[in-house]
Amino acid sequence: MIYLRLFWEFFKTGLFAVGGGMATLPFLYDISDRTGWFTHAQLADMVAVSESTPGPIGVNMATYVGFLTGGVGGAAVATLGVIAPSIIVILIISAFLQKFRDNRYVNGAFYGLRPASTAMILAAGLLVVRAAFLPDGTLASLDWRLPVLAAALLALTNFVKETKKLHPIVFILGSAVVGVALRLAG
Amino acid sequence: MFAKLIELFLTFAKVGVMTFGGGYAMLPILQREVVENKGWASEEELTDYFAIGQCTPGVIAVNTATFIGRKSFGVVGGVVATLGVVFPSLVILSLLAGVITQFSELAWVKNAFAGIRVCVCVLIFNAVWKLGKKAVIDKWTWAIFLLVAAGAVFTKLSPVVFVLFAGVCGVVLRALPGAGGGKDGAAK
Repeated sequence: MIYLRLFWEFFKTGLFAVGGGMATLPFLYDISDRTGWFTHAQLADMVAVSESTPGPIGVNMATYVGFLTGGVGGAAVATLGVIAPSIIVILIISAFLQKFRDNRYVNGAFYGLRPASTAMILAAGLLVVRAAFLPDGTLASLDWRLPVLAAALLALTNFVKETKKLHPIVFILGSAVVGVALRLAG
Repeated sequence: MFAKLIELFLTFAKVGVMTFGGGYAMLPILQREVVENKGWASEEELTDYFAIGQCTPGVIAVNTATFIGRKSFGVVGGVVATLGVVFPSLVILSLLAGVITQFSELAWVKNAFAGIRVCVCVLIFNAVWKLGKKAVIDKWTWAIFLLVAAGAVFTKLSPVVFVLFAGVCGVVLRALPGAGGGKDGAAK
């Protein structure tokens, strides 16, 4: 019954993740904690692969997790799960589009949802930070070169005019090369 | 009709292949394929769909595909366009996931991912920053942000709880006179 569970978990993710691709991240951590289908470290790798391959991130993550859990069938089921709520909700909304946009309850709900979504992605990001910087969970395992790489990437993606508009895949591939060249896994 | 649906599927499969990163990355490609090449939606309609796709549950790219498909070819069109946009992901990720799992024990792959994970942290931080600028706009949204952040870090509660809590908070705050940033408080 792994397929049924996969579908249900990703259906919930699709239904409650508001704000696009990264918004699925907190839900995936929740799935990881409850099911043990994949580890936190694997999840960080999935984000990288999902960002570096064609297609929407949220869908890519579902396909990846589904494949690791249940092969090709699992990939298909997880993907259908994550898109099913979208199809249902959008088909309903598109029937009365303008009313939905102007509804004050809808507006109010999203006024509250946006900061919550931001906060949840931040919290999930902290788990990625732990997986990335503290491989065995203690401060002693911190390799000083990793924060240096992070600072360089922050500068390149936000402040350096020539590079900040580049696609994320450039930085992901660049980081992979740096990782191999400096043997960052230790 | 059948030929039209095939065309719809293929067009959205093409959009799926050409979108790296989803969401915003998809907008210029949709403009070219759907508005200019096929004429299935106007520029204004596309912007509307995108805005709603962002604030409704689910993946933005999927939401937008469902909208356009439904508008042009009814409910079946909505389903076909959506399946089209996710089809490339399904094929590519299934292939890659198998390969990556097999090679994940190699030393150079481990080193590469050690570097990549650092990059992912930075990308997530940048996404949070960008979202936050539009979402955390006054004292009430700050309060929700801090409360949910603390809850997500320090408790094991399901994200569903936070989503429902924040949605209700938003409705209540907006209903209070003089609170919640006024009518135009929500960022567009």
